[in-house]
Amino acid sequence: MSTVVLLTATGLGLGALYFLVASGLSLIFGLMDVLNFAHGALLSIGAYATWWAASGHLPGAGSGGAGFVWAVAFGTAVGTVAAMVLELALIRPLYERPREQVLATVGVGLAVPALLSAVWGADARTFPGPTALSGTFGLLGARIPVNRLVLIGAALVVLVALRLFLGRTRHGLVVRAGVEDRAMVTALGIDVRRAFTLVFAIGGAAAALGGALGGLYYGSVDPGQGTSLLIFAFVVVVMGGMGSVSGAALAAVGVGLVQQFANYYTASGLGDLAVVVLLAALLLLRPHGATGRLA
Amino acid sequence: MTTDAPGLAAEPLLCVRDLRVVIGGRHILHGVDLDVAASGVTALLGRNGAGKTTTVRGVLGLVPRTGSVRFAGEETVRLATHALVRRGIGYAPEDRGVFAALTVAENLRLAERPGAGEPAYALVHELFPELRQRAAQRAGTLSGGQQQMVAIGRTLLNGNRLIIADEPTKGLAPKVVTEVARVLERAAQAVPVLLVEQNLALVRRLAEHCVVLADGRTAHRGPAADLLADTGATRALLGVGRHTAAAAGGGSDLSTTSRKADA
Repeated sequence: MSTVVLLTATGLGLGALYFLVASGLSLIFGLMDVLNFAHGALLSIGAYATWWAASGHLPGAGSGGAGFVWAVAFGTAVGTVAAMVLELALIRPLYERPREQVLATVGVGLAVPALLSAVWGADARTFPGPTALSGTFGLLGARIPVNRLVLIGAALVVLVALRLFLGRTRHGLVVRAGVEDRAMVTALGIDVRRAFTLVFAIGGAAAALGGALGGLYYGSVDPGQGTSLLIFAFVVVVMGGMGSVSGAALAAVGVGLVQQFANYYTASGLGDLAVVVLLAALLLLRPHGATGRLA
Repeated sequence: MTTDAPGLAAEPLLCVRDLRVVIGGRHILHGVDLDVAASGVTALLGRNGAGKTTTVRGVLGLVPRTGSVRFAGEETVRLATHALVRRGIGYAPEDRGVFAALTVAENLRLAERPGAGEPAYALVHELFPELRQRAAQRAGTLSGGQQQMVAIGRTLLNGNRLIIADEPTKGLAPKVVTEVARVLERAAQAVPVLLVEQNLALVRRLAEHCVVLADGRTAHRGPAADLLADTGATRALLGVGRHTAAAAGGGSDLSTTSRKADA
């Protein structure tokens, strides 16, 4: 029983991480038809910026208490700015040229980890975090690491915030309409390119937050973290339906849980394979994703 | 909204010259000339594939185009679509362009232009009371006629200076065609309308001017009544048979379309 509880908590924590990456990826693809292979790099940028700040390089930031919150906020902000720069400097000039666009994001996705390892080394760096978050708590006989709860909480906050943004604000309305028919949005007199930058900023913020909190989850940061998470995030996006935030949330939970349970109860590594099998099965049964949205 | 000096009233509101569109290496428009008068309805006619919808999309910048598109005296061919539309154009596209996953109210709200005056919901709801009753309904679950009401409603919300309606009666039941015609007629009293239409009875009832396209070029421009009165010209330009042209001449039965003659 305690094993099941622990696996569930860890699976949900992992799912939360996937959701933070996949939600932005899904919105970006849904609105702009851009497969952003640089999204993992945004996570890495957030992770390293948080690590850098929490290691005492940023005044006021540190590994504990308010200092750590400040470090996470800094890391998220750096990821947000990086995402906006990426959209304005690389994606926008290549609009109408989808192949070059994808190649550009692949290039950034490769260059950022290379840059990170050139500056800080290819080895994993210990991630400093508050002692309060490194402990465990008891639940139904299991000892659950607190950082899983932090990740799940952050993902829930992001999910609710995204749903409120999409459902209650004019910008969110523009994004939802743009996911359906971008040309018609412009034909109503709306500059849809502003929504592009906005969606990149939101996606970058969520991914960078995922990077910062992922540092807690893994206990370390390394240059390749974002890229390896990106693969599962893509699986989540396809399963959840492109452009659907709620679909991404559902799929992220499914992928995280399947991966954890399969890795534990079968051979380690089979869990990753199981995720791909799950994707194939879902695509065969529901070609438009879990929520039935057009992929 | 109109800022034109009285002396300029006779000048066309929209003046398109030598509009050319190439899509995927294929020349769709070879030089379309088109004027939309500062009042009343101008009909854009032509057989299927003549380039009517591409002309409208080219004017709006929804497809890459060259030539000259002057709107209210200003050259707009280099403007982005949203910037041109914000100068006062309401567009109801051929496929209605309704956002299926959004509610009726959300579809209308998207057409609001912050900073451009109060949206005219009173007018839209007066013309289409159903849109108020169905405000919370997803637009994808509406009938074709109701979706067309949303599309036209969006063009009436902003005090636009020009309304472009691309085949607004296509695929609608006769009763709905009559309703759409009534709304367009009323709208045209206040705002000039560029109407792409195959329903010649509707054209006869609404349009003062007409432009006929053939093979991506302007083939005829002039008063709509003159063209429709000339059975030979109608048949030559629109491919409409004697029978349908005669029905169009009747003017009362709006459900008669020339579409069957296009096949």
